[in-house]
Amino acid sequence: MLLLGTLLHVKQISRSPLEVAIAMVVPIVQATLAVYLFRSGGEQHRLIEAAVGAGLMGVWSSVLFGSGGAIQNQRWQGTLEMIMLAPRRPMLVILPITVATGLTGAYSLLATLTWGRLLYGIRLDFAHPAAFVVAAVVCVLALGMFGLLLASTFVLMRNANALTNALEYPIWLVSGMLVPITVLPAWTGPIAAVLPTTWGARALREATTGGPVWPSIGICLAISLGCLILGGFAMTYVERRARAAATLALA
Amino acid sequence: MGNEYAIEADQLRRTYRGRTGWLRPKKTEVDAVRGVSFTVRRGELFGLLGPNGAGKTTTIKMLNTLLIPTSGTARVGGHDVVKQTREVRRRIGYVFGGDRGLYERLSALDNLRYFAELYGVAPREQKRRIAELLDLVGLAGRERERVEGYSRGMRQRLHIARGLLHAPDVLFLDEPSIGVDPVAARELRRTVADLAASGTTVLLTTHYMVEADELCDRIAVIADGQIQALGTPAELRHRADGRRVVEVEAYGVPDSAVAALRELPGVRETAVEERGALQLLTVQSDAHVDVQGEVLRELAGVRLGRVSSREPTLEDAYVAIVNAA
Repeated sequence: MLLLGTLLHVKQISRSPLEVAIAMVVPIVQATLAVYLFRSGGEQHRLIEAAVGAGLMGVWSSVLFGSGGAIQNQRWQGTLEMIMLAPRRPMLVILPITVATGLTGAYSLLATLTWGRLLYGIRLDFAHPAAFVVAAVVCVLALGMFGLLLASTFVLMRNANALTNALEYPIWLVSGMLVPITVLPAWTGPIAAVLPTTWGARALREATTGGPVWPSIGICLAISLGCLILGGFAMTYVERRARAAATLALA
Repeated sequence: MGNEYAIEADQLRRTYRGRTGWLRPKKTEVDAVRGVSFTVRRGELFGLLGPNGAGKTTTIKMLNTLLIPTSGTARVGGHDVVKQTREVRRRIGYVFGGDRGLYERLSALDNLRYFAELYGVAPREQKRRIAELLDLVGLAGRERERVEGYSRGMRQRLHIARGLLHAPDVLFLDEPSIGVDPVAARELRRTVADLAASGTTVLLTTHYMVEADELCDRIAVIADGQIQALGTPAELRHRADGRRVVEVEAYGVPDSAVAALRELPGVRETAVEERGALQLLTVQSDAHVDVQGEVLRELAGVRLGRVSSREPTLEDAYVAIVNAA
């Protein structure tokens, strides 16, 4: 059920003209941003790292807007009630949606790297190419699981869009997708340490420039599984609250 | 209450609580359903009839587990809708009217495959069941087209196929024929009647009297969140016994004239139905009082069309019950 659900949600998301347009334009903007940011900083040698960070920002945006947007879209389409009516655990119903957003987000990572190569001639020299692929897959799955935890809030809130807008930039920054977390204020450290995005970004960076990739992948996976378990409980609780508060439908 | 009942509702109430404003938030409360009780026997086709905002959909959503009642209890197939949600969901199907509720960018086949998985149809049965249902609702051959290209009638039929995927014991149909053309509506009624004949319990809400009269074994008329009358269509029709109905087609009837008609001796109910430029004025009176002459006198100066006098129908009984609420 999870596999078929994920595939069909990828199909549904990828056929949206808006999603397709965003997926085509955003990676170019991200690759450009990354390149000029690091060139002006005189760090020409770190362009590949910048491109990977920018790509990961795209995956995050996709998961965040995808999880929030997908729940909101399902509410608008009237399908949220229909899927929540299934005799399944709410987590199993929503997880395929959030993993699907992670998968469509993976396209953003690939596209940012490709545009970086084609437009700006960034050399795609990965220190650990195999580990990079594993880290990317883990990142996508991790963000899907993290998305589940977020989605529980979106099921409850009719105005989920407000939350997604507020969360986009802080997570980019705190997770160190583009800027190293060492340059951020110390109080952001504990927040960064519990976010799967931080460890995912670190794993990708280490796979790109060299470093101990596997511990980061392991921590990212462990935190994500924690999100999955927590998200599962949250979903059950939130589904009941939504039925009490009548927020599954628009009206 | 024993096992003979597929649905048992006991004093169901639902209050919607909301909040408006940020600086000085105001709490709002709307009592959508106020103590609804009824039972539906296994295999029965039960109608829930009422005007907009009467509480029909809220009642259905409490019975199908989408809403938790503020108070009262309900059981479907002997299972409590709040405490045994999953058991109830395994046994029910839910179909609502209108365009929404389907994945537009997916084909009908993909929609059905996905919901078959969600609703726990065994993988080896899915193919056969989906083909069977596509045949039943007349969508065979069009199943690979995207739903966004479907007409309203086709979407409605797909909704029904989706609701029947897991062969539910109880089917909730919430205004399934809304916006469907007359031919499609007739086919829909035939499908619903066949389902009931094959033993599926059906709870149907509708605005259309003909539909309720033709299909339902029993009907509950709901208005203002409460059941106002319950019985077979024939029993409800008796509510209008001893009455006579005058129907007048008119153009531009002023409210004052309608108010004056209500005051005529012997008049029990009046109703005005807008049909484009035309207004259909229905005046119910005691059968032994001939009000037609008086009615036409009150409407002097108004352009009139056809005027007729007839026996009351189920619709007249319904209007009388709702107006009395």
